[in-house]
Amino acid sequence: MTDQKEMEAASHHVVSPKIYVAILFALLVGTAITVGASYVNLGIFNPIVAIAIACAKATLVVLFFMHVKYSSKLTKLTVFCGLFTFLALIGMTLADYISRAWGRW
Amino acid sequence: MSDSTAIAHGAHDAPEHGHEEHPAYLRHHFENVEQQADAAGFAMWLFLLTEVMFFGGLFTAYLIYRNWYYPAFVAASHQLSIPLGGLNTLLLITSSFTMAMGVWCAEVRKKSGLVLCLVLTFVLGLGFLGIKTIEYKEKFEKNHVPGSHFSVDSFTHPDLDNPVTAKDQPLALDMARHTEVYFSLYFAMTGMHALHMIIGIAILGYMIFRAQAGAYTAGHVTFVENFGLYWHFVDIVWIFLFPLLYLISRHS
Repeated sequence: MTDQKEMEAASHHVVSPKIYVAILFALLVGTAITVGASYVNLGIFNPIVAIAIACAKATLVVLFFMHVKYSSKLTKLTVFCGLFTFLALIGMTLADYISRAWGRW
Repeated sequence: MSDSTAIAHGAHDAPEHGHEEHPAYLRHHFENVEQQADAAGFAMWLFLLTEVMFFGGLFTAYLIYRNWYYPAFVAASHQLSIPLGGLNTLLLITSSFTMAMGVWCAEVRKKSGLVLCLVLTFVLGLGFLGIKTIEYKEKFEKNHVPGSHFSVDSFTHPDLDNPVTAKDQPLALDMARHTEVYFSLYFAMTGMHALHMIIGIAILGYMIFRAQAGAYTAGHVTFVENFGLYWHFVDIVWIFLFPLLYLISRHS
């Protein structure tokens, strides 16, 4: 019975509004930085910086707004598996497109 | 995303009724409320993963075509308005925040707070679609919508474009034609995103009425929680769409 109560407490973690406000602020700052960075000429680093900031913002949303940080191991594993499969598929597709015309650039 | 079907029996959900008693919203094939909530959350994440793969395919197509027709994609992306796109990003991020606060209100059983958060999310979502409509309208007026009326004039004669696009060099006709690929992907990606917003706003409208009846503030928050996951996912898609479509080619 005690175990069950502990489990209930773990699965019913209520995230405090203070954290939500902090995440909102971080996301707004991230948006400002990414717009600001796009007006600076960074050469090939413009897309890299933009995607890095977008990944950071998405991570914040997934961990806090979507509660994954406080979720069960099953949920964490599910999210990670999805992300891994997605990156593997993109990686293999790009490897194909890069190597098809190898030496004929 | 099973909804609570038993508001009238809300009084049953107090756990001190003993072992035989259980909340009316607990389906008989689940051991307890936690297991039911975990199963619903797991299923929602599996659905979201199929959505990741769906949008991921569009993003991959964008990545490959951008590399193939780079000058066309750079010139075409200069047609988008960063202020409008940025404003939409602010609206969507704020709506994600109000949605997260709505889930919190449901969890701590604040009915009026939940209704307020859902209404705010609803209004911010509509604002996003309104700005998107302004952007789409301009594309129609300048014949930048893929199809038989598509015009490459803005890219072969950028000095005659209205408003004049930055300091773009004119593109040769064969490369200028590939701007249609950019706009096809632009409309496919932002259009599918907008469709997800429309579906979300429709569900929000339904939820506002249910929340006013007290459906989500009697202990059964699964529907609000899983809708929150959906809404945040739509927000994440835009977090990637905005830099990739609007921002990264600003200086090329």
